[in-house]
Amino acid sequence: MLFEQILFFIAGLGAIGGALGVVMLRNPFYSVLSLVGHLIALALLFLLLRADFLAAAQVVVYAGAVMVLYVFVVAYVGGSDEPLRPEGGGVSALGPLFALALFVELTIAVVGSSLGALDSPGRDIAAGFGSPGEIGKLLLTDFLVAFEAASFLLLVAAVGAVVLARKRRGLEDPETAPGVMSAHDAISGPKEAAR
Amino acid sequence: MDTSWFVVLSAFIFCIGAAGVLTRRSPLVILLCLELMLNAGNLALIAFSRMAGNQDGQVFALIVMVVAACEVVIGLGIIVAMYRRRLPIDVDAMSELRG
Repeated sequence: MLFEQILFFIAGLGAIGGALGVVMLRNPFYSVLSLVGHLIALALLFLLLRADFLAAAQVVVYAGAVMVLYVFVVAYVGGSDEPLRPEGGGVSALGPLFALALFVELTIAVVGSSLGALDSPGRDIAAGFGSPGEIGKLLLTDFLVAFEAASFLLLVAAVGAVVLARKRRGLEDPETAPGVMSAHDAISGPKEAAR
Repeated sequence: MDTSWFVVLSAFIFCIGAAGVLTRRSPLVILLCLELMLNAGNLALIAFSRMAGNQDGQVFALIVMVVAACEVVIGLGIIVAMYRRRLPIDVDAMSELRG
């Protein structure tokens, strides 16, 4: 189908461009915006794979809610520009090389695999494949334990975030705690004490 | 489209994310690159789910999205706590536990 192929290449280029933007852009705020574009392109790919519910969840939950959280934290911390590479770090230049080697290896593994179904668009599927009803039925029958564990995990994460980010009064006030008067002290203090 | 196209695209996005984790220094951007890697994994899961004509992979991808959301919430909480204590927002500077 020509239309599907055109849509795949548009969405694939969008996803790759968004991903490159996340890694290349120096301002964290622009990185977050680039990730939003990447996620929307990815949702288009999910639609091509007949995962309707997941595409909707990706746009609403990921590109909507999670990214708003990111934008808030970047605005709070004050996302400052950083140099892409640390000064004089010889080892860090190996990072992109390692990623390239990983990509070559994964591509060889996919192309060279004897899995014949990889070269087909997939089996024939029923009309409701990937619809909210079908996914909901699976979540409440076959994957009930995983579903409940995921909801419990979300609860733990919410409580943990509140505990981590709350203002500590009395016990560990950063103004009065010894050794953390400034960033410099916070780093060098314990090492000095150890000597 | 053949499944292998989707899988190779997912491998490419995963490698871009891995390169970002290895080269960037701001923990905020490293969390973003982790999101890239998790999403690449999701794309591969859904592509294989379409290939097999089975929706179990889509449920798996949904659970991965939940775990990614939890990871983001905790990571951002740690970054906010670092900022409150006036620590530098830089992973190279956080080396107290090196031993």
